[in-house]
Amino acid sequence: MILAAHRLAFGYPGRPIGSGVDLEISPGEVCCLLGPNGCGKTTLFKTLMGLLPAQGGEIRLGDRPLAAHGRREIARTIAWVPQAHVPPFPFTVRDVVLMGRTARLGPLAQPGDRDEEVVDSCLDGLGIADLAEADYTRISGGQRQLVLIARALAQEAALMVMDEPTASLDFGNQALLLSEVVRLAGRGLGILLSTHDPDQALAVATRVALMKDGRIVAAGEPADVLTGAGLSAVYDVPVEVERLSSGRAVCVPAVNPRSD
Amino acid sequence: MAVVSNRRRNVTAITLAGLIVLLAGAALMIGPYPLSLGDAVSLMWSRLTGQGGVETAAGQVLFSIRLPRVLAALLVGGALAAAGACYQSLFRNPLVSPDILGVSAGAGLGAVLGIFLSLPVAAIQLSAFVGGLVAVGAVGLVASAVRGRDTVLVLVLAGVVIGALAGAMTSLLKVMADPYDQLPAITFWLLGSLAAVQAGDVLAVLPAVLVGLVPMILLRWRIHVLALGDEEAKSLGIDAGPLRIGVIVCATLMTASVVSIAGVIGWVGLVMPHIARMLVGPAFGILLPVATLLGAVYLLATDTLARTLTATEIPLGILTAVIGAPFFLWLLWRGRRGWA
Repeated sequence: MILAAHRLAFGYPGRPIGSGVDLEISPGEVCCLLGPNGCGKTTLFKTLMGLLPAQGGEIRLGDRPLAAHGRREIARTIAWVPQAHVPPFPFTVRDVVLMGRTARLGPLAQPGDRDEEVVDSCLDGLGIADLAEADYTRISGGQRQLVLIARALAQEAALMVMDEPTASLDFGNQALLLSEVVRLAGRGLGILLSTHDPDQALAVATRVALMKDGRIVAAGEPADVLTGAGLSAVYDVPVEVERLSSGRAVCVPAVNPRSD
Repeated sequence: MAVVSNRRRNVTAITLAGLIVLLAGAALMIGPYPLSLGDAVSLMWSRLTGQGGVETAAGQVLFSIRLPRVLAALLVGGALAAAGACYQSLFRNPLVSPDILGVSAGAGLGAVLGIFLSLPVAAIQLSAFVGGLVAVGAVGLVASAVRGRDTVLVLVLAGVVIGALAGAMTSLLKVMADPYDQLPAITFWLLGSLAAVQAGDVLAVLPAVLVGLVPMILLRWRIHVLALGDEEAKSLGIDAGPLRIGVIVCATLMTASVVSIAGVIGWVGLVMPHIARMLVGPAFGILLPVATLLGAVYLLATDTLARTLTATEIPLGILTAVIGAPFFLWLLWRGRRGWA
């Protein structure tokens, strides 16, 4: 077990967002958090990483409470892949990935040759080595998301938390990213990711949690949780899960036929 | 922007350092009492080796007037540009300058109050220094009182408000001041000038500038990462809150101390980090030294122009604005790249 939450309440003082969350992530696991817009996925993630104080319950990182760890210690275990954004200054891709080494440096140290090597191998592993000297503000949204994953890899953490990593990606890049997630989990990384798309959870998750209005309404094996009834209840639209001839399952929401 | 190689970064830094030496040499020679390079060098050699001859008119000009002024220009320009580079990274906004938190307005009020009360020069400087720190302290208090909002936004808004308040009180003092004796001094001070700087002033503010600058140099990697924003910096292992406050204190100390001897000099802290970013890219580790050197070069050149262009000296703040404003418009015209 890398990270575990027990009866966790999260949100802001005077503005609770969710409560009663139980969650556990182990190495090699891909845990998918599914839920409609605004149900509290991002706030939950930020609380799990110690960016927001927990409003109740407990979070354990390794064998100690999360709050007992310093910022640097947390960053050595949990790497965050935020939604791709554009910083105000035109850093190079290499600059951005190198920032992932911060938790591995002393308080006054600068990154050295060894850190540069880690950056090169992270970029190489994701097939974006040729972007190293490119301007991070000028590459595509999909490439930026890959760069942020490279930065998280450079952190050499045991757990990667990805906030809707496919949100800004086109169809092809979504597939590429999901393959990458599976590959990383195969290397023993624990992965916690949120998504809007149940099909993605069906494709990559080893465990799924369904979230609605700040509460986890169902959690467990993808096949048990991602049922037509379960999804219909969370998204408030009729959903059916159908199995393709290849054996993969897909979710099909009902779309009302035109009335004219 | 093309990617900047390490070689270009080094060449830029060395070129700037060389430029400073050349300009400083020229600035020592130029003026109503011309000195030759040979005079200047031999006088300095005599002074360093303890030989006589420094009490001559040439020695007086060199050691009492020009050398302090050259050093002051380098110090003030470098400090303003370094503080500007820090603030721009911290606030993740390339339009921020060292006076964004009301330092200059507060220092201006402090100095004007000192002049109004006919205090001695040293006390006016101290009053300016304290005024700058009080203004930023007030901004910090407002920001910590307004919790739960975007801290950066609250800080900047509070800076605008406190700055406006200090400006209003400054105007009130100007109306009440003696129009023949005090008002010209006040006006001159508010426009910025190095005309009255003495060797003692430079030595007095040097420690404060260094106390601000050294932590910036030591923490340059962390300040670099802070440009991603607090949350991401935290997730990368940085205690963003304390670091931000520490760097604001350092940058404010530097700004307030140089404003206390030179008056309000705008544009250097805003424009120099931009040029530095165009030359060597936005990585803070190289941006800080290059911006500092650029600021020193720029203010030395401008101050030398200010005292030699016309018979009566042009206030420095006017020249930096006359040169800085069109340059900034050009940056805007160049489009988005210019912002970065």
